[in-house]
Amino acid sequence: MTFFIEVTISGLLAGIMYSLVALGFVMIFKASGVFNFAQGAMVLFAALTFVRFLEMGMWVWAAFVVTLVAMIVLATAIEWIVLRPLVARPPIILFMATIGLSFFLEGFGQGIWDNQVHGLDCESVLGIPDIPAGWLMEKGLMISQFDLLAAAVAAVSVVLLVLFFQKTRTGRALRAVSDDHEASLSVGIPLRWIWGITWAIAGLIALVAGILWGTRLGVQYSLSMVVLKALPVIILGGFDSIPGAIIGGLIIGSAEKLGEVYLGDYVGGGIENFLPYLLAMVFLWFRPYGLFGREIIERV
Amino acid sequence: MIYRECGVFKPTYAKDMAIFPIPLDRWGIGVILFVAFIVVPVFPSGLWDKILPWSKDYCLSSIFVLFLIYSLATLGLNLLTGYAGQLSLGHAAFMAVGAYAGYNLSARLEWLPLPLVFLGAGLVTAAVGLLFGIPSLRIKGFYLAVATLAAQFTIEWVIAHVSWISGGSVLGTIDTPPMKILGRSIDTPLEKYLLTLFVVVVLTIFAKNIVRSKIGRAWMSIRDMDVASEIIGVSQFRYKLLAFAVSSFYAGVAGALIAFCYLGSVQINEFELLLSFWILGMCIIGGMGSILGSFLGAGFIVLLPIFINQVVRMTSGVMPSDFLSNLELMIFGGMIIFFLIVEPFGLARLWMTIKDKLRLWPFPY
Repeated sequence: MTFFIEVTISGLLAGIMYSLVALGFVMIFKASGVFNFAQGAMVLFAALTFVRFLEMGMWVWAAFVVTLVAMIVLATAIEWIVLRPLVARPPIILFMATIGLSFFLEGFGQGIWDNQVHGLDCESVLGIPDIPAGWLMEKGLMISQFDLLAAAVAAVSVVLLVLFFQKTRTGRALRAVSDDHEASLSVGIPLRWIWGITWAIAGLIALVAGILWGTRLGVQYSLSMVVLKALPVIILGGFDSIPGAIIGGLIIGSAEKLGEVYLGDYVGGGIENFLPYLLAMVFLWFRPYGLFGREIIERV
Repeated sequence: MIYRECGVFKPTYAKDMAIFPIPLDRWGIGVILFVAFIVVPVFPSGLWDKILPWSKDYCLSSIFVLFLIYSLATLGLNLLTGYAGQLSLGHAAFMAVGAYAGYNLSARLEWLPLPLVFLGAGLVTAAVGLLFGIPSLRIKGFYLAVATLAAQFTIEWVIAHVSWISGGSVLGTIDTPPMKILGRSIDTPLEKYLLTLFVVVVLTIFAKNIVRSKIGRAWMSIRDMDVASEIIGVSQFRYKLLAFAVSSFYAGVAGALIAFCYLGSVQINEFELLLSFWILGMCIIGGMGSILGSFLGAGFIVLLPIFINQVVRMTSGVMPSDFLSNLELMIFGGMIIFFLIVEPFGLARLWMTIKDKLRLWPFPY
């Protein structure tokens, strides 16, 4: 029983890390209707920039701020160069543009930095070692402190995002834009500015996700594949729902770990690659717009 | 003046519905086929080496065959995404199904003639595609695109883990048995090239005819607005699934060709997600919803790395391979964005523009 709880908890914690990446998608989809496949490449780019600044001998916080500035510049550039000329095109075209963008960013990020694997040491970056938490050990559970911290960071980010969306002026504007571009333009909301902010926030989320995932996996090309873990999460939760991203992440994370531990032995390992997708498809069969996604009513 | 439709009279319905109603088109296609089938094979390889920096065998086995196979795969995806409007990110997995189905058919049923092996590989893949097309009846748009990723990962895993399919080695390595048609073995690059060319030409004509038939029109109506097309009586069930099946059939044959005519020995990681994206990229760059575009896009993507390599080698000597692969990624990504912004209908639209210009040239008034 303890083992079951341990697996479930570690699955839930991993799920929160997925949610963190998924949040970046949801942010951009809510505000501009773009399904941003390049989120994974942004995670890679942010983590690479961060780790290279660290290696140059910068303090952690200084590197964080500098990388954040770089991500904001990048977000603005994306908005300026890629999205502005594509305004009012069908969403599928925008999606393909972000696929192109993700190729470009992967090449660009590794081109200006390098293709090596960079370790991101947990203790020196986050201030805690990656060992099982002592107070849980006493109860017989082996849960890494790092996982707990990552979950806490993710939870705090979510709370901050929700507060930002619900309580601030810009957040209200963001919600208005996500509801209806034209109506929000007509009441005087500056659309470009709002989109810039959205992409900058997505960049910030990518940076946080990049640091946490980079600590876990090492900063390297495969980091951009984290996006593939986040996709089932968002279709399960619904593209335009922040709570959906969280709950989707929890469901996918725990199902994946439980499946791997309890089914993996029978069918021969590696099922965590496709199990989340099959699970998401089962959910989609009954709720075609995800658990919390807004149902689109189509008219001819 | 050079390229014109006027003066072409179609006195019968059959002539009006001909596949290439304009004489110049017929001539153009004829010349291309003549070059591909006759000129390339008989071209003396000594002269070839003098003109091009690569030997004839290398060109045939590494560039032409790859180009033809990618064209076929892109054509399949174009039928699904460009004509029927269902975005799929799992095309490479269907190619894998074709490759392994072809291998198993020829290894287990040794008496089966080669054309039937390819046909069988296509049909098996079509059945698998049908299965993964079922979600398209319930979900659409991005939800569907992500759901097709399920096909990619599930198929990859199944092939790698079921030893009955992949022979039980770690990466699912298979070696294709020698090919024979009517007792004649096919092993030189030229023979493999001709076989591939023949398959591609036949399937291209088939595709061209599908898209100008009732089926193609039904697909396009689904692409343009599925709710409206359902209301006017186009069966979504039949035509969406048919699109998945036909598209997978093309992918399957392309996969079998990769295994038999291009690589000879295949591993499952040849068909990973990246290949799906490359094929989607070829589709976009070439032109969505265009048969010609599939070929232009595939040609562009196959030639691009060769071209970059050549330019870099000429300008700056030896470059680290990291740099090259990054440059390739950047150019590929940049190209996709560039085409979407400047020419959303791809290279095929450029050809249309040229045709429009040719209509008036050289007297533009």
